[in-house]
Amino acid sequence: MVVAFVGLTTMSCKDSKKEKATDTHSEMGHDEMSASHTMKDSDAQNSASKQVLADYMLLKDALVATDEGASAKAGEKLEATLKDFNVDNYTSEEQNELNEIIEAATEHAAHIMKSDIAHQREHFQMLTKDITDMVAIIGTDNTLYQQFCPMYADGGAWLSMEKEIKNPYFGSKMMNCGKVQKEIN
Amino acid sequence: MKIVKIIALVLLVAFVGIQFIPTERNQSDTVPATDFMLVNKVPVAIQKKLQVSCYDCHSNNTQYPWYNRIQPVAWVLEDHIKEGKSELNFSDWKGYSKRRKNSKLKSIISQIKDDEMPLFSYTLLHREAVYSDSEKALVINYIKRIKDSL
Repeated sequence: MVVAFVGLTTMSCKDSKKEKATDTHSEMGHDEMSASHTMKDSDAQNSASKQVLADYMLLKDALVATDEGASAKAGEKLEATLKDFNVDNYTSEEQNELNEIIEAATEHAAHIMKSDIAHQREHFQMLTKDITDMVAIIGTDNTLYQQFCPMYADGGAWLSMEKEIKNPYFGSKMMNCGKVQKEIN
Repeated sequence: MKIVKIIALVLLVAFVGIQFIPTERNQSDTVPATDFMLVNKVPVAIQKKLQVSCYDCHSNNTQYPWYNRIQPVAWVLEDHIKEGKSELNFSDWKGYSKRRKNSKLKSIISQIKDDEMPLFSYTLLHREAVYSDSEKALVINYIKRIKDSL
């Protein structure tokens, strides 16, 4: 009787989510981070920005493949990289902007870690804006192509290292939907 | 049969025992100036709906249900409220960066639109929190307006 009562009253305010242990730091990012002490500041900055873009591209490619598990992993990696991102060598105005971007982008990455593919894509859309604004401050070695598909929600943009369109919002459903909006150097 | 009695007694003692464990309560008497409602001068009808459907887990003031003082319910509620507030806390609205406000508003719209929020487990016991179609349209249009005016 008591047990049944307890069971009934544990109905609550949210559904239990699958919580994954997240003690994995992105290995590459971490090594580069610890090695950064011996590098010049500009090199460290460079590798940190490279890492952010590398993780973002990993996520984008996982979404192109409509692979929920790989996207979640990439989100986890990106979250760790963003948390480790050192803003010290930027101007104070840039630091404020970067801190706001990192705060928002980290949240999106965390959601991508634990969501279904539809939600992952929703957060990826917002994340893309954050990363695009971040690149405007931290720069990029590679030429990036900002691509855009008007079919997704109110229009979905993404960044890619290749000119060729591979759509992360629809995957194989509409692989070639989109166009290059601009090149970012 | 004796074993059943012993087990029942152990459970009863445990149940009584955990009632003495205190939990943190999420309550405040005043609405802070940083609250979503005050910052945006939200119309009364929409205020009411957000209050009933969202504020228990997404603000600094929870309207606790009658059974909230019974353990282990209190723990579970405390846990969920903590998580809800870390995702979105309407009481702290003013302090969010414009970027974050934008992303929160976008998420609010899609969560309500897709019936993801309020959570099913919450609406089971809070029927009034459910969104009717007209309430959905009203709130979503309003949130869109706030988002466009950022």
